[in-house]
Amino acid sequence: MDIIEYIQLVFTDYTLRTITLGTAVLGAVCGMLGSFAVLRKQSLLGDAISHAALPGIAIAFLITGSKDSNTLLIGALISGLIGTFWIRGIVTKTHLKSDTALGLILSLFFGFGMLLLTFIQKQPDANQAGLDKYLFGQAATLIESDVWMMAIVTGICLVVMLIFWKEFKILLFDADYTKTLGFNTKFIDILITSFIVLAIVLGLQTVGVVLMSAMLLAPAAAARQWTNSLAVMVFLAALFGAFAGVVGTAISASQNNLSTGPVIVLVASVFVVFSFIFSPSRGLLFKQIRFIRNRRDLQLHKTLAFMHHIAETHEDISHPHAIKLLNNFQGYTRSTLQKLVEKGYVKLNGGMWNLTKVGFDTAANLYTKQQTEDE
Amino acid sequence: MEKIAVKVDDLTVAYNYKPVLWDIDLEIPEGVLMAIVGPNGAGKSTLIKAILGILKPIAGSVTIYDKPYEKQRQLVAYVPQKGSVDWDFPTTALDVVKMGTYGSLGWIKRPGQKEKKAALEALEKVGMLAFKSRQISQLSGGQQQRIFLARALVQNASIYFMDEPFQGVDATTEIAIINILKELRKAGKTVIVVHHDLQTVPEYFDWVTFLNVKKIATGPVKDIFNDDNLTKTYGINYKVSIQE
Repeated sequence: MDIIEYIQLVFTDYTLRTITLGTAVLGAVCGMLGSFAVLRKQSLLGDAISHAALPGIAIAFLITGSKDSNTLLIGALISGLIGTFWIRGIVTKTHLKSDTALGLILSLFFGFGMLLLTFIQKQPDANQAGLDKYLFGQAATLIESDVWMMAIVTGICLVVMLIFWKEFKILLFDADYTKTLGFNTKFIDILITSFIVLAIVLGLQTVGVVLMSAMLLAPAAAARQWTNSLAVMVFLAALFGAFAGVVGTAISASQNNLSTGPVIVLVASVFVVFSFIFSPSRGLLFKQIRFIRNRRDLQLHKTLAFMHHIAETHEDISHPHAIKLLNNFQGYTRSTLQKLVEKGYVKLNGGMWNLTKVGFDTAANLYTKQQTEDE
Repeated sequence: MEKIAVKVDDLTVAYNYKPVLWDIDLEIPEGVLMAIVGPNGAGKSTLIKAILGILKPIAGSVTIYDKPYEKQRQLVAYVPQKGSVDWDFPTTALDVVKMGTYGSLGWIKRPGQKEKKAALEALEKVGMLAFKSRQISQLSGGQQQRIFLARALVQNASIYFMDEPFQGVDATTEIAIINILKELRKAGKTVIVVHHDLQTVPEYFDWVTFLNVKKIATGPVKDIFNDDNLTKTYGINYKVSIQE
């Protein structure tokens, strides 16, 4: 199947269209909210919440006997929220650090959820099968109403974010200060956290409990590499998330039997790796290039400074000296000399060199100039 | 009788039954430049945070110009320790300074031209105008401190609380900051500073509070900044014997 054929299929095939739209919307909302989680250093919170949602799914099924995804997700939402507020409670009321609290709640709820799932599976009821799809997600089960649900939540989330943008931003940067300005930080905090819980619960059906946190973190981590503006970061994260959803769905649909959730997560991870390496300002590649360039500049400066040191002792600054003289000095190579000639700082004449007027002045101001640039 | 800007009554703060601040009574007159000094763990930062409602005290009350602090927030500005935030946050220097206007804007309303102008003026005052578009992680420690100071200046408050504004800054920045603080005092503002360097207390401040869980002493520097109080606060026989 080639790409054009596939795109045609997305528009004509109901199931494929639903899944593509669903994963795209999910990716977008997760990327958006994930930015907040990453900047609050609450990356693990998403993981804890998604695991904490599992018992809710099982209990909702035990109570209602229904496998309707909305019913189960309401159960997930409730137990996700309970888990979240327990984490907050542990952190504020005890001396435990947040990573400990997250780990505790994550394993406690997940363990309880698994227990309930096995209990349900042992029941002599034919209806029980299929709950375990919430562990790793099954995008193929998405129907149109699920996608509408996601779209509505994303819409609400977007509106709330735009309304409270200023408050979100300042809380993320400096919570104590926000409090002194008279803002109710608890309210802002609960608002952000609740939306994160909501987004996670929405993704459980598609990506599953275990991998859900990657949906939240990967697009945000990738987006952070490309920008120094919060607004752009949130926008990029949403874009990356949506793109990961679409591409992941395409790969899994064109390669039979590949589970969609893990593929989406892998695609998102590729974005992260790519961003870490190729981002112009923060990427490893350009950092290395800048490093090498700086070192070369430094070598140039060293050579020039040394020449200046020699030339300084003569009345005529352009008095020629032997290149051999520089041999004692390790900072010089033929290529640095050549560069200095190109810049018009130095003239070479056979085995002799002499500084030009420009070169002399530049060398004299080399370090003072650097200092003022640093200021 | 001069006006009292900040009045603290019976303020007690504890972490896990261990008192960090014990029954603090404090009256800070309007228009002073006051240092809070004391050894590490004496509760200096905690005192400021409790006054500002960042920490919840077990007991005690704070009034600002005779009214409860909660009603007077707009009169008070806070400069936290610069290490208390993540400077890799994706934002610019100007943006951080603009945050100082959020309090007067209130909920939802966004900063506009007026707020931007105020922020630029504050940046100029701290000598950081050239760095307005700089990503905050690209700033040096001293520059970050100036940005925090500018953010508080934008609030145009009457009372300033500053948590170690001289920590980890070079001599130039220290002088720049103290000059701004002195200007604030000249304009009739009250400035309260958690301070570490005892040597500079008489030079920089006119009022001082000695703190070590309990309040040891508070008053004009020229009257109470002596070996006796220093010894009581730091527990060792202190001999700075301020050379006048």
